[in-house]
Amino acid sequence: MEITAAPTALAAGRQASAWRPALVFTASVLAVPVLVVCASLALPFSETWHHLADTVLQDYVINSLLLMLGVGAGTFVLGVSAAWLSAMCEYPGRRFFSWALLLPMAMPAYIIAYTYTGLLDFAGPVQSGLRATFDWGYGDYYFPEIRSLGGAVCMLSLVLYPYVYLLARVAFAEQSTALLEASRNLGRGPWQTLFQVALPMARPAIAAGVSLALMETLADYGTVDYFGVSVFTTGIFRTWYGLGELITAAQLAAFLLLFVFALIVLERASRNRLRFHHGAAGKLHPRIRLGGWRGAFCSLVAAGILLLGFLLPAGQLLVWALDNWRETIDITFLTLVGHSFMLAAIASVCCLLVALLLGYGKRLHPGKVEVSAVRISAMGYAVPGTVIAVGVLMPFAWLDNAIDSFMRAQFDVSTGLLLSGTLFALVFAYVVRYLSVSLQSVEAGLSRIRHSIDESARSLGSSPTRVLRRIHLPMLRGSLLTALLLVFVDVLKELPATLILRPFNFNTLAVRTYELASDERLADAATPALAIVLIGLLPVFLLTRGMRENGNGHD
Amino acid sequence: MKIQLALLPEMRIISIRINNRMETDVSLSRSTFFHRLLTMVLAILASTALPSTAAELNVYSARKEALIKPLLDKYSAETGVKVNLVTGKGDALLTRLKTEGRNSPADVLITTDAGRLYRAHQAGVLQPITDSPTLTMQIPAHLRSDQGDWFGLSVRARVIVYAKDRVKPSELSTYENLADPKWKGRICIRSSSNIYNQSLVASMLAANGEGNTDTWLQGLVANFARPPQGGDRDQIKAVAAGQCDVAVVNSYYFGAMLQADNEQRAAADKVALFWPNQGYRGTHINISGAGVTASAKHPDQARELIEFLARDESQRWYAETNNEYPVRPDIPTSEILKSWGDFKADELDVTVLGERNAAAVMAMDRAGWR
Repeated sequence: MEITAAPTALAAGRQASAWRPALVFTASVLAVPVLVVCASLALPFSETWHHLADTVLQDYVINSLLLMLGVGAGTFVLGVSAAWLSAMCEYPGRRFFSWALLLPMAMPAYIIAYTYTGLLDFAGPVQSGLRATFDWGYGDYYFPEIRSLGGAVCMLSLVLYPYVYLLARVAFAEQSTALLEASRNLGRGPWQTLFQVALPMARPAIAAGVSLALMETLADYGTVDYFGVSVFTTGIFRTWYGLGELITAAQLAAFLLLFVFALIVLERASRNRLRFHHGAAGKLHPRIRLGGWRGAFCSLVAAGILLLGFLLPAGQLLVWALDNWRETIDITFLTLVGHSFMLAAIASVCCLLVALLLGYGKRLHPGKVEVSAVRISAMGYAVPGTVIAVGVLMPFAWLDNAIDSFMRAQFDVSTGLLLSGTLFALVFAYVVRYLSVSLQSVEAGLSRIRHSIDESARSLGSSPTRVLRRIHLPMLRGSLLTALLLVFVDVLKELPATLILRPFNFNTLAVRTYELASDERLADAATPALAIVLIGLLPVFLLTRGMRENGNGHD
Repeated sequence: MKIQLALLPEMRIISIRINNRMETDVSLSRSTFFHRLLTMVLAILASTALPSTAAELNVYSARKEALIKPLLDKYSAETGVKVNLVTGKGDALLTRLKTEGRNSPADVLITTDAGRLYRAHQAGVLQPITDSPTLTMQIPAHLRSDQGDWFGLSVRARVIVYAKDRVKPSELSTYENLADPKWKGRICIRSSSNIYNQSLVASMLAANGEGNTDTWLQGLVANFARPPQGGDRDQIKAVAAGQCDVAVVNSYYFGAMLQADNEQRAAADKVALFWPNQGYRGTHINISGAGVTASAKHPDQARELIEFLARDESQRWYAETNNEYPVRPDIPTSEILKSWGDFKADELDVTVLGERNAAAVMAMDRAGWR
């Protein structure tokens, strides 16, 4: 970097100036809801804190940590092994599994929890069958309790591992062939190459995937609530709904955020000095051919993950839906599909644009202010959707009411609520909540592109925008598609923010699913839940095709 | 610069007159452009703020769409008043109502428990209905607010269900009795985060005081067959499957299972309903109810909607569709409800359930009821 000619640097500095204010402005606006939540820490702490500390706070913290530990390990093992198989090995059915293993992503965590509970709890068919076969009664045998902390770890790992899988697969596929070949030539076997070269090289992507899964875990409410596991999120809602203390609940959420922030800082610091780049070109790494029993074993592993994460729960949903689709599918159902699709499409594109702005802007100006602005604006992912929604609700309502008061005072006209209760506020909330997803994806992609490429292009006189358009975007195609897909599916499943912020007479598939499921009408909830899954499949197909054309994934 | 804005609502025309006294030609032309722009923006803003011509009511409802929309549609068909609906969780809707303040579009707030109505009243987002003799005469006094801020519309009873083959009804008597060691390892109940458990404990606090309730809770928690989990239907299924012998649930879930698919009906057939505390203060009940918001643009129509929800047909609808009890004692109930027999309901003012909600949650925290 130091060798860049001074005049070029100057010119670049001038041209790049628009990126910095744009970045800082966008990041600040997006940070508002999170800051609103954090601002609660400045308010006085109520007596309730004594009560919480004396009774339940310890449970919240310990259970949350255990849950994160479990889901972290679960998503890492499932995601990395699936990615390694898909990117590096040739085994029977690989092409099918490489996209099919994304399917669990379309399954909302609380839905998979409901279906597995239906199957595995004491009154379910599996245990009833066992009792009938062996003539057992209650207490005669051991069966793992599905509605428990361990159960929650399994459910969340099964639906969240695709984050790790997607990001790690792109990273493996884009890894320098030369490096892997060098490793093999120097006598390392495939396993040693995996653990000593490929995994460390893919670390930013894997870390990004796992941290997304963990943030989603921290924000999850539906699963832990249904399983009766006391974690931070259930505590937040218990404090808000049960004790009627919104401020204490916000303070709890703010502590959760500090916790997340510490995690992020720690992760960043641990790879501070390391750089993970790959060359732009280079021939593709030949897959390790696995035939015979080894190939069969790989197929079995992939099939097992697919069965548990998707086929089994989706099959249960299908059985329920086939029973009652005549009553549940009508005109209003099509409207729900339209609403869900539209919201997911708009929000995923918005998220991607903002993520590109922030990610690339940060690459151009990795200053302290810029970096922390981006970090804070992307923290919404770890906050339960309801809390984010309140963080959006308050500033919007404040702005609307301030404008209204001003107009009333000055012109005797009431402007009412301009933004509150509109789709704009809802999409804004989605961007705040899911920015992290697209940003992680974009940043993981950018981090694998050498700075020297930027510098060569810049020293040849290209503006930063031109470099982005002509060089980065084509190289990033896989990462960008990943970002779009992840947010699309996330928004499709999103419930709490939609529930609070949506306009009148505007429902989505997730809202319908929730209303029926929370009324304990699981069978009726199956049709909208299946529709979520099916719409979620669309971008999965697109992504697979896009990656194939791109050649990056050499599928 | 002074801008006057005249509003002629009857003609729905906005005329904006701008008086300006500018000195030079150059600044005049520039400022004319600015004023035109401002005029346009003002006109657009003002037009969005005008009340619409057709009568419309906006409803925030914690009752799920399926359990309120059919009634609202019927109201629209009868009166020609369009009703717009947002559903959600009670506290979330309440927060939305509070932050939106005087500009909130909502006219009516519907909740599924008395606690939220009490909180709405405390937050000052409801306005009293003072001129509805229909409501005050039809709805019993302990199921509505004294000031007329909110009115109960349907009643939900929290009952005990027991396994027919393992429990004799004579063994059961009161909620208090469930803390007796004879029930050790035999009771299923859902999490204390559930509002209906919170209301039940709030009513215990009101009846027995804090000390007794703490002791009772410890005994009850010690009798749990498993850590609290799942919903009310899951508790009934667990009793049917033999994991526990008795469960505390809302009666309409039991009713819904009796009307559901074969598997659920088979489970429900193995258990029976018991009305607790009949010889004492009566079975614990909660209400769903509604109030007119303080910001309501159409308070009179909002009152009419609530009166509609309290009408005979609407009251019967709660019983027939969701197995809830009508709030009006004079309305006959459905077949299923009749089959459970009459019961004596706790006549505690449901406002108390709201007042004591936080204390109830704390008591359950202390007892380790998660």
